[in-house]
Amino acid sequence: MAFWIASSPHNHIQAQTPKLMRLVLLATLPGVLAQWYFFGWGNLIQIGLAVLFCVLAEITFLAIRDKNIKAQISDYSAVLTGVLIGISIPSFAPWWITAIGSLFAIGVVKQLYGGLGYNIFNPAMAGYVLLLVSFPVQMTSWAPVNDLIAQPVDFLNTLWLIFTGFTWDGFSVEQIRMNIDGITMATPLDTLKTDISRGLTVEESFVNPVFGQFFSHGWEWINLGFLLGGLYLIFKKAIDWRLPVSFLAGMLLFTFIGYVLSPDSSASTMFHWFSGGTMLGAFFIITDPVSGSTTQKGRIIFALLIAFLVVIIRSFGGYPDAIAFAVLLANMAVPLIDQYTRPRTYGHNQGGKS
Amino acid sequence: MESVIERIDKNKFFSFSGGIHPPQQKFLSNDKPIRPLSLPQRLILPVQQHIGNVADILVKPGDKVLKGQPLTAIATPMTVPIHAPTSGVVKEIKKASIAHPSAMAELCIIIEPDGDDKWQPRKINTDYHQLSKADLVAKIAQAGIAGMGGAGFPTNIKVNSQAGVKYLIINAAECEPYITADDLLMREQAPTIADGIEILDHMLEPEYILIGIEDNKPEAIQALKTVTKHLDKVRVCVLPTKYPTGGEKQLISALIGKEVPSGSLPIDLGVIMQNVATVFAIAEAIIHDIPLIRRVVTVTGTALKKPQNVWALLGTQVQHLLDQCGYQHHDQQRIIMGGPMMGFTLPSLQVPVVKITNCILAPTNREISPASKEIECIRCGQCAEVCPSNLLPQELQWSAKAKDYDQLEALNLSDCIDCGACAYVCPSHIPLVQYYRVAKAEIKAKKVQEAKAEKAKLRFEARKKRLEKEKLAREEKQRLAAETRKNKTKSSGATGAVAAALARVKAKKAQQDASENNANAGSSAVNEEPATNSVKSAAAAAIARAKAKRLAAQKTTEKAADISRFQRPNDTNDTSATNATDATYTETVKRPSDNKPEGEKVDSKAAAIARIKAKKAAAEKTNVVSTSEPKAANAPVETQTQEDTHALKDTHAQKNTNTDAKADNKPDAKAAAIARIKAKKAAAAKTNVVSTTEPKAANAPVETQTQEDTHALKDTHAQKNTNTDAKADNKPDAKAAAIARIKAKKAAANKANLDKASSEIEPVSKEPTSEKAVTAKPESQKVDVEKANPTTASSEEKIVSANTVSETKATSSKSAAKTTQRKSTANKTSASKTAASKTTAKVKPATKKATSKTATKSAVTKKASAPSNEKTVTKKAAEKAPTKNTRTATKTVTKKTNAVTKTADQANTKAATKTTAKSAPKTATKAATKTAAKSSAKKTTVKSTVKPATDKNANAETDIQTAAQASEKVTKTKTPATKTSATKTSTTKSTVKKAVTRKRTTTSETKVKAATQKASATRKTSTKAKQADLFDESALASDKNNNAQVKEKTSKTLSAEEKKAKIAEAVKKARAQADAKKQQKADS
Repeated sequence: MAFWIASSPHNHIQAQTPKLMRLVLLATLPGVLAQWYFFGWGNLIQIGLAVLFCVLAEITFLAIRDKNIKAQISDYSAVLTGVLIGISIPSFAPWWITAIGSLFAIGVVKQLYGGLGYNIFNPAMAGYVLLLVSFPVQMTSWAPVNDLIAQPVDFLNTLWLIFTGFTWDGFSVEQIRMNIDGITMATPLDTLKTDISRGLTVEESFVNPVFGQFFSHGWEWINLGFLLGGLYLIFKKAIDWRLPVSFLAGMLLFTFIGYVLSPDSSASTMFHWFSGGTMLGAFFIITDPVSGSTTQKGRIIFALLIAFLVVIIRSFGGYPDAIAFAVLLANMAVPLIDQYTRPRTYGHNQGGKS
Repeated sequence: MESVIERIDKNKFFSFSGGIHPPQQKFLSNDKPIRPLSLPQRLILPVQQHIGNVADILVKPGDKVLKGQPLTAIATPMTVPIHAPTSGVVKEIKKASIAHPSAMAELCIIIEPDGDDKWQPRKINTDYHQLSKADLVAKIAQAGIAGMGGAGFPTNIKVNSQAGVKYLIINAAECEPYITADDLLMREQAPTIADGIEILDHMLEPEYILIGIEDNKPEAIQALKTVTKHLDKVRVCVLPTKYPTGGEKQLISALIGKEVPSGSLPIDLGVIMQNVATVFAIAEAIIHDIPLIRRVVTVTGTALKKPQNVWALLGTQVQHLLDQCGYQHHDQQRIIMGGPMMGFTLPSLQVPVVKITNCILAPTNREISPASKEIECIRCGQCAEVCPSNLLPQELQWSAKAKDYDQLEALNLSDCIDCGACAYVCPSHIPLVQYYRVAKAEIKAKKVQEAKAEKAKLRFEARKKRLEKEKLAREEKQRLAAETRKNKTKSSGATGAVAAALARVKAKKAQQDASENNANAGSSAVNEEPATNSVKSAAAAAIARAKAKRLAAQKTTEKAADISRFQRPNDTNDTSATNATDATYTETVKRPSDNKPEGEKVDSKAAAIARIKAKKAAAEKTNVVSTSEPKAANAPVETQTQEDTHALKDTHAQKNTNTDAKADNKPDAKAAAIARIKAKKAAAAKTNVVSTTEPKAANAPVETQTQEDTHALKDTHAQKNTNTDAKADNKPDAKAAAIARIKAKKAAANKANLDKASSEIEPVSKEPTSEKAVTAKPESQKVDVEKANPTTASSEEKIVSANTVSETKATSSKSAAKTTQRKSTANKTSASKTAASKTTAKVKPATKKATSKTATKSAVTKKASAPSNEKTVTKKAAEKAPTKNTRTATKTVTKKTNAVTKTADQANTKAATKTTAKSAPKTATKAATKTAAKSSAKKTTVKSTVKPATDKNANAETDIQTAAQASEKVTKTKTPATKTSATKTSTTKSTVKKAVTRKRTTTSETKVKAATQKASATRKTSTKAKQADLFDESALASDKNNNAQVKEKTSKTLSAEEKKAKIAEAVKKARAQADAKKQQKADS
């Protein structure tokens, strides 16, 4: 009789990294659907493109690195990166934007650093930042929410727009972004920033229809979608609750400070929470385990740092949203954070030293 | 803040960080009672089943063992014995694969049960309160209980009463999935467990006893609560189920909220933890005297038809367990010993159940899937969340893969308890624990390597220092030697001669001179005393041979330590002797003179005595003869300090004495012979002056002694005291000697001293002797021991005889004489019988000696017993004895010894022929002298070869010197005898001469032997230090014996019958000693 020799422990939790990834993908659904509802097919197409390019890039690099392609592709990490990139990119951005971002994210940020588990930066955010820095115009040209658009764009037109820059009817992205009044529509965050820089108060700025009924028309639903997915992940213990909780708490704290100091130039916490990519960041970006802190205390610090950076950049920076920049900056701080937040080992004195 | 107990009473517990909740699966086996198994075909018992040292095996293949019989011995507290789990036969003791993932082979005792299951006699203890704590600990140790929770730490160490135990925690958590062994044990054996808890309470006296148990065992909790209701200290603490609550550190955290500091033990927190199964085993061991021979094993898993808990005998093969539980084999089947979290897979089913085996798990692949492929770590950090030690498993993993051991240690890898929680939760299926194990092993290996390197460095440096030191010491020694030589030359011509002798080159010349002197002395003696009895002389010669042989053996045997001790006394004795020589001699002479009427007999007796003395003297150093005991006692201290000068003086005095005493001529001749022997032996300067051989030898010893002076002095005194007492006590001493073989050697030395001092000193101090003896034991190697034993026996006998003599003088009763005769005959018979076996042979010589002594006594007493018979017997015995002794002494030397014997025989024959032919004693003497000269020449060569010896050889030299001294003593001893005989008949002279010749021949051989033995001597010397340590303890033990003996002796006193009885006892002792020696040999 031959017996199987294995090292203890012999039983194992059913969780597996691919499953974890699939779970996260699933959790993005509410937000993606909301996005689809408010922004049309654009984002779905972008997600599809991003996933395609990410997987292609992954396969290519795995082939170059002589790795087991099948095993590593099936861990869904590249797919998840693609989805996140697709969600982040403006729905009408040209296809090559997505392609560049995806290839960069997988090829450089992930594979050149050693593949899954070894990348120090969040690939999706790094790709996004590359695009944002390199192609600011395309990357900031978010179309207004569907019901604010004068010319509704259907799937084919969207496809045409993304691949040629013009709809079937010949409209460019710029033209589509114009509302009925001929004013270019931007995202609420963008609008607010512009208004404040023009000397308007937050109150005055909020008259703009982009802010909609609550905080930011459309975006609040998208954020709610991601919040829902995030809560599901927490429920499934796929992500550490400390990260989103401390991130949102940090947002609350820092925006509240700003609001108290200068109410006219500072948006409310709710506005910050439910506009831009806040919820996506809180539950899907900063929870990336690979590039985040691994210690419990470190994660709290990591999330707070991101929140602080986000608020600062949103308030004083040159870009309307700041999740990506904040995450990348915080990624750089991770080794330091981990170094100083090691837990006290059982039986040792504080500081991990015996 | 509320106290720990208050919290516990409120059912509030602390927690430990981390932990997981794997599927319990305990339902498989916790619903059926524990089933006893049928006896297996064979039991395989690994010798080591615990943490600690390997034990010595007490059985051998073919032995029949009873259930519960210990199979290995307890050597240290860290060794745990194993016991036969059932009655049967030990089939073999060999390496067999044990329960280890690698199927590693370890030494196992394999028992084939006979089916009787017959217990060894047991002692049921209903009331353990009557036993002291130490007894309880000893019982636990003897029962072979090692921690049954998994680590196998010797329980006797844990329960060894330590003050300040605040909490005794009984670990009944059993947190591993599947395992229900403790659960079922608690349900079924709760009362016994309660007994065990009470025993531990009695032993450790903790403030509180906490039973930590997980809430998934409601029935066990209930059972425990019921049986411990009457114990106020006990709290049954029901903890939430979480793995690994059963970890020692985790359970302590959960119960008392404190962490065991890294690197320390729970006892530092005042906590002692015992597994509940261990508690059960303790109760069984203490109350029912059942050693740890069985345990509950959970045999479970869905690959079994009937998963169940079973009572498994230790050593039962896993195959047997599985067969009994309906095992079905599957593909990729894993058999796990232990739980699914920390157990290990078995490579085969032939491995035995051991003390720490709590579970055999045979899962199907559906319930526990084979490990899937490891993928990259995504730093999810779940491992860190579940780690009960708060480590960072994924960082450890990276460092382990990178072999960054420094970082691993900085991350406290050593605090990992291998619980497997991290690997359990790892989504990437990284076998983290495996990485840690490997890293731990490598770190350990690295540390061992480093320690070795460090040691090697230290050793190298130490060696360098030592070499330097030795060089300096050598130079200093040479300088001192040169100075002494100068001084001697200045002080006197004789001294100059001595000094010259000291120079080895000179030594040869000196020896030759000495031999010439001896020859002269011998010739003069011959002239004076015409040889009368050829028979006597022959007998004497035989005796002399025997003596010589024995001496040779003894000398060789004697160790440096012994030598040093002896030497001092000797020196002192010598000095005193020299001073009092005349008187002493006269005394000795007087005794013989009284006996004269029976001259022949007396002579033979005297000769016998002389032999014995010689033998003893070899050990003791002749001092006895002179009876200078008191002087010796006083003198030793002084003499030692003055060493050289005294020695010189002594030499002079001795020379004078020799020259003066006509009657002493013979002795001188003997002395000369002895001196030759000594000279040979004393390879160094000692040999120089033949006549002065003794003093020189003394000097040499003194040097050696200086190191051990204090000891030696003390010893001597003690010995003397002992000796004095010892006359009566000799027999007891002999017994003691027999008991302690090693003691025997020392005792021999002591006895000799005693003999010397015997007249004065009183019996109080037997103890010291025994102590010495004890000390000597460890030192002496086997060979030595053997030699020593005969010697001791003989020395004892001598003492007895001496005593008897003195007594006889006083009483001079005819009856005594008769008794002695009877004794002698008895001895003879026994001797002949004993001759068969070597061991017996040893004993016999002793007996013979005793007989001869008795004979001497009788002779002294003027008894008309027929000496001729005795003589012949004695001769034979003597011859045999020495030969045997020599053999025993050194196997290597055996051939030589034989040769010696032959030579001795030849010499005897020659001497006999001569005597018969009535040829002038002078011729005999001449011949003797010639032989002596030749032998001395030979000796010198031997010496020269010996001389080159290095420092180590120095020890050997010392030995030789001692031997020489011994021979000197012998000569002295003989001298009185010779004198007596001289007065009576010239035969004695011839005998003496012959004896001398024989001795010479023997001596030359002895020298060779000595040379060979030097090496062994050196080894012995090295062992001395160790022996010194043992000294105190053994001394205490021996003291008791001695006292008893002294009493006996005093009561015995003079009555002849009592003497006989003593002799008989001595014989018995000697035999016993021989047996003991055999045993020792066997042991060694």
